Order: sequence, then C-alpha cells, then structure tokens
Amino acid sequence: MSPASDSYLERAPLELRDWLVQFLPEPLQWLAHHLITVVAVLAVFGTFFAFTTIAERKLLARLQNRLGPNRSGLPWIKGLKLWGLTQPFADAVKTLTKEDIVPATADKWLHFLAPVIVVAFSLMTFAVLPFGRNMIPVELNAALLYFFAAGAATELAIFMAGWSSRNKYSLLAAMRALAQLISYELPLILSVVPIVLVAGTLSTKAIVLTQGYWTSGFLPHWFVFTPWGLAGFLIFIVAALAESNRSPFDLPEAESELIAGHLTEYSGFKYALFFMAEYFGLTALSALGVTLFLGGWQAPCVFLEFIPSYLWFMLKLIGMIVFFIWVRGTLLRLRIDQLTRLAWKFLVPLALLNVGNAAFWVLSAHWAGPLQLVRWAVSFAVIVIPFVIMGRSLTAGFAPRTYRYAS
Amino acid sequence: MSTSQVSGFNTQVSAPGPFGGPAGPTVRAVHDQFHGDLLEVSMGPQHPSTHGVFRMVVTLDGEQIVKLKPVFGYLHRNHEKIAENTSYLGSMPYTDRLDYLCSMSTNWAYALAVEKLDGQPVPDRAQYLRIIMAELTRLLNHSCLVGFLFNDLGTSFTPLLYAFREREKILDLFESLSGSRMMCNYQRFGGCRVDPSPEWLEAARRLAENYPRFLDEYEAMLTGNEIMLARTQGIGRLNSTHAINAGLTGPVLRASGVDYDVRKIDGYGVYPRFDFRVPLGAHGDTYDRYMMRILEMRESVKILSQAFRDLPAGPIMDPKAKLRGFRPKAGEAYGRIESPKGELGFYLISDGSPNPYRYRVRPPSLINLTLLEEMCLGHTVADAVVILGSIDIVLGEVDR
Repeated sequence: MSPASDSYLERAPLELRDWLVQFLPEPLQWLAHHLITVVAVLAVFGTFFAFTTIAERKLLARLQNRLGPNRSGLPWIKGLKLWGLTQPFADAVKTLTKEDIVPATADKWLHFLAPVIVVAFSLMTFAVLPFGRNMIPVELNAALLYFFAAGAATELAIFMAGWSSRNKYSLLAAMRALAQLISYELPLILSVVPIVLVAGTLSTKAIVLTQGYWTSGFLPHWFVFTPWGLAGFLIFIVAALAESNRSPFDLPEAESELIAGHLTEYSGFKYALFFMAEYFGLTALSALGVTLFLGGWQAPCVFLEFIPSYLWFMLKLIGMIVFFIWVRGTLLRLRIDQLTRLAWKFLVPLALLNVGNAAFWVLSAHWAGPLQLVRWAVSFAVIVIPFVIMGRSLTAGFAPRTYRYAS
Repeated sequence: MSTSQVSGFNTQVSAPGPFGGPAGPTVRAVHDQFHGDLLEVSMGPQHPSTHGVFRMVVTLDGEQIVKLKPVFGYLHRNHEKIAENTSYLGSMPYTDRLDYLCSMSTNWAYALAVEKLDGQPVPDRAQYLRIIMAELTRLLNHSCLVGFLFNDLGTSFTPLLYAFREREKILDLFESLSGSRMMCNYQRFGGCRVDPSPEWLEAARRLAENYPRFLDEYEAMLTGNEIMLARTQGIGRLNSTHAINAGLTGPVLRASGVDYDVRKIDGYGVYPRFDFRVPLGAHGDTYDRYMMRILEMRESVKILSQAFRDLPAGPIMDPKAKLRGFRPKAGEAYGRIESPKGELGFYLISDGSPNPYRYRVRPPSLINLTLLEEMCLGHTVADAVVILGSIDIVLGEVDR
C-alpha cells in the first residue's frame, strides 16, 4: 500500500470511532462499534439524500431555463436566503406535518408496510458498499449477491403499495413495476458478472482493490477502461436507471399517464418514505457502479492520492447522480412494451456476450507485445459489432420523414 | 370481446387479505381464461394529462385499450345562450374564453361572422393586423402544443418550458398591445381596437424573424429522438376517409393527407395576397400530427414576414362602423377561419334586434375529439394520453 493510506485524514473517521468505543465496557464494544457505523452511514446518506433532492430540483431548473427553489433560508433570520439550500428541511417539515390519508378500502397493513419495507431494504444495501479505504460497514464474501438480493426486495414493496392501495392507477403501476423490475434485474446482474469473472471474487472490498494501481502513474486500472468494462458499465447504467424508476424508465409512476402510479394513494410521511427510498436506491446503485467500474474509492492519479479515499468515493458518486439528473431533464419515457423489448432483445444478449468477452479477457491475460493490441481489438469487436446490429434492429422502421405540400 | 362482462373493481369486499384487511382489487368475471379480466379506468376529470377537465373512461385489457368513452361538459358555461342574451359587442370579450390560448383568432372568427351578417367592410391595415395577430397566435398555440405533447410523452417539463419561453415573448407583445396576455379582446366589427406603435411592430417583426432559430433548436433536440419516433410513429393512425366523415379539420385532418385549409379555400381576410404552403401528412399518425404543427409554424413565420413588409398605413376601423347600439340587418351568416386547432366557425341569425337570435359556435376542438376512440383502440394507456395531446384540445372550446 502506498503511504497515502496512512495519512491522518484517511484514518481520522476510523480513529474517532475507536476512541469513542473505548469508553464502553469490553462486552459492549462490538455493539457500539457497529452502531456507530450504522449511525454514521444513516447520517451521511440521510444528509446526502436531502441535498440530492435540492440538487436535482436546481439542476433540472437550470436545464429548463428557470431558477428552481431559491427562497428558503433560516426561519429566524430575515433576508437570509442561502440560495434555497434549506429547502429539503422545509420539505421534510411539510411532509411530516401533512395528514396521512389511507383509503377506506385499502388493505391497511400492506399499505402501511410497503413504505417501511422499501426504505428498510434500500438502506440495507448500503451495508456492503466500501465508502473508503477500510471503511466498509460489513465485510461479506458474497457482498454482491447480498446487494442484489436486498435491492430486489424493494420491488416487492412497490407491488405491495400498488396492490394494497386499491386504486386502479396504482394497480396498473404495480403491474408495470413488476414487469419492468424483473426485466431489468437480469441485465443489471449480468452486467456485473464479467467483473466477478475477472476479479474472481464477490466481495466489493476485494473488487475495489483489484482496480488499484496505475500504469505510469496516471492511467488507473479501473474496469471501465477495458472494452468489456465499458460495455458492462453502460449496460449497468441503463439497467440502474430502470431499477431506480428514473426517467426514461419512470413508468411505474408515469405522471402524465398514471398520475403518481403506486404512490397515488400515499400522502404525508409515507409518501416521503417512498421518495426517500427511491433516492436511497439511486444512491446505492450509483455507489455500486462506482465501486465496480469506476475504481471505488481509488484516486484517478498517483499524485491525487493525498485526497482521502472517502472524498474520492463521494465525488464519483456525485458525478453519477448528476448524470442521472441530466438524463431525467433530457429524455422521453418509453412505453412498457418498448421497455421490456429493450431489456430482453438488446441488453440481455449484449450482457451475455459481454460475459463471454470478459472470459476471453481472462484467457488472454498473458498475451504481450503486439498481441496485446489484438486482444483489445477483438474485445472491442465482440461488443461493438453486435451493439450496432442489434441497435439497428431495435429502431428499424422508425425514421424522420419528409413531407409534401399542397399544390 | 363482450362488453357485458366488463367490470371495474368489485366494490364489495370479499375475502380478507393476508393481514386481515380487505383483499386487493378483486378480479372477477373472467371473460376468457387466458386473458383475464377487463379493467375500467376513469381517466379524468382530475388527471395531469387530460389538458383540463376532460374525462376518458377507458376499458383496458392489460394495458391495451378496448373501449374508450370521452366524457366532456365539465367546463360548460352556457356560452351560446349567454351570447344570445347579450349585445353583439358584449359577447366579443366572451369569445376570448372559448379557446383561451388563442383569443386573437377566436375574436376574428366572431368579428368575421358579424361583418358578414351586416356586410361591413374592413380597412386594409386592420386586415393585415388581423393576420399578424392570427399567425402569432398560431405560433404560440403550436409551440404550446408540441411542448405539452412532449410532456405527455414523459419528459419532465424541459421541452415544455422552452416552448413556454417563446410563448411568453408573444404574450408580452399581446399584453403591451391589448392590455391582457391571454384575454385580448382585440378585434372589433369593422377593424381592430388598438393600432400598434412602430416599436411594437419592430419587436414583433424581430420575434418572427428569430422564431425559426427556436424551431431549429427544438427540432434538432427532439424530432429525431429515437424514443420520440418509437413512441409516435404508427400510433393513433387515422385514415382520411374517417377524418373527412367525422368532419375533422385543421392540422389533424391535414396530417391524414387531406388538403383542406380554410385560409386557402375561403381566402378570408387578405390571405390570398400571401404566399404560403400547406403541409400535408401521409400516415395520419401522432408523428405526422406533430410535424404538421412544426411545419405550419415555419409557414406562419413566412406569412408574418410578408405581413410586416406589406403592412399599409391607414385607419384600423371602418369609419362607419357602429359598435354600441349595433343592430345588424335581419338575416344569417356563417363566418369561419382557420384557427390553430381547425375550422372555427360562428353561425349567427339576426332578427334585427341588438342581440343575436341564434348564436352557434363550431368548435374544432370538440369535433376533432370525436374520433378519439377510433385512434386509441388497440393502443395502450400511455399512447392514449399522447394521442389526446396530439389532437390539441382546449376544454374552454370543447365544453363552451
């Protein structure tokens, strides 16, 4: 390990935890150790969620030629506006104090449980993400498996919400959500398989470590800089957009069609919980993308290593989220049949090919000299040619038209 | 598929759910073992995409529409009867509220009917001003429409707000001229109400000159988008026979390939002096209807530049026109224009008294809406919303 791993900033959060823990009697120390970790993750990502909402609103506003929320300051200081940065807290107060309406015909228990479950499971995924060097809440051998298992459970909650609301829009949304989430679970997981193949482990911590080191000091060995890694990353991003119900795959809560989809009958705090879970899910998936493809907490160049690893992780995470916001401000929504077609006829075959591609990469690891170039060319061809062919068939029959004028 | 077995949710609570509460939506009356039940959804009157208080009762097989019943009348204001009890001039501001996006052209249609009824001449300058206002209205209506169409297609407001930016510029012009952004009340029988200043004309000319830049930008960003193409091409097809039989007019009819533009056919106002083309579609689908609007906007810009070039000096009101205590000769008249939504007509019968004996509006929005089911059958809910958006309705005009 490079000396940067011993820098004071790098160790500070961990040492603070250990310092706090030592005040407790021996038998309670392990409990305190984990509780502090949980509280820290909740606090950091709770705040991160709050500022993601304001960032999304402000960025979207800028994309749309308006200003976005810029009024809310602090309540006891007149004239202080803080660029509207306290808006999420005002939103929180609003949603918390709103009346909670449960439809008379709803299944009360399921209606109540759905938001709780969705938040619980989306938070659980944070347990296996390495936020920095030695900063991982739980070190699991099968971390990836655990992440996808917990992530998939949120889909059940969305279906529960749609079904128990006893609202037709909610029901339609629930059907859509199931179709969409099941379709995209497959490319999401398949896009990650090449990494498991190359890194030879399911542990997120080990996967980040395999992406360490640099060629001549500034070319990082991140997986995204290999042909199969780039393809996997793009498939991962598309599938992650769909998994987190973001535009252009926001079908379950398609505002212009289904009002608010599965959230139609939710108000007040329960709605806020769904909202929160959605952002937690997005953050967790982005964090996983960063971990698997973008080198996790690793710095991009040697000389930038003095910046602590958790800051690098946060920077990359913010980059991913800004990208997702940008996409939301730009794209149109697909229809459900087009959505599933995209998954099954395009993303899944591509992801499967990519697995073969990664296998080739592993087999040709010892190639050297000019063969190295052949290795890159073959690997690119294996993924780009099917991409072009399948992409053509996907948009076949659709083209801009020319029009005639009446004489 | 028999509709007798169509059912919504069973309102009676049957078996309890897993946690003791009532079970979710009960699926009963399976009409076919394979396809399951049909679902009746009432979309509207409170719905984000029905463009006002419009209601569609759709019967769904999965997400596919097997039946669609448009329900309107939520905004009925008794417009025609009120106008029959008001003086001719008194209902002029009321026509603003018909198609509240395009008050300038609605005013013109009404003024045209009254002028026909009384045989009133209109000075040249007023004719040109009317065309300027009508074409600016067409620009703002079509920009709004494509913006809203993209909203229905699922963008989160971005194209709409860029369209609104342009619309706002036109509304600023209207406000500075007539005193109101949307309820302009600008036309009069025998002319117009206010003569625009040279500065106003210069500002309007510049706006029209810059408009193609907005259109180019808009088209570059959106028209070729793959999702846009896949969502609109082949969706909501309407063949020309059906469209003609139902009396459809405007861009919706022209998208089906029928050459029918009242500006060309009637040549009302001084339109024959202008050089412009009428774009025609070939497929009659949502994409064609969208493109008709874009191409018409480009033609409107041409008309505007010619109008600003040729605008003559002179009075804006016929000196003999009498607005207050106006009593036309007994008789009847039908004045029609090509409003942005289609053929907008006013049918008036006068018995010589100060208020019309019969006052009837031919609302293009309502008549274009009649084939909604035809267009939507076999498509999904998502498409129905887009098809409705592509028809371009304003509920103020549909319900009157």
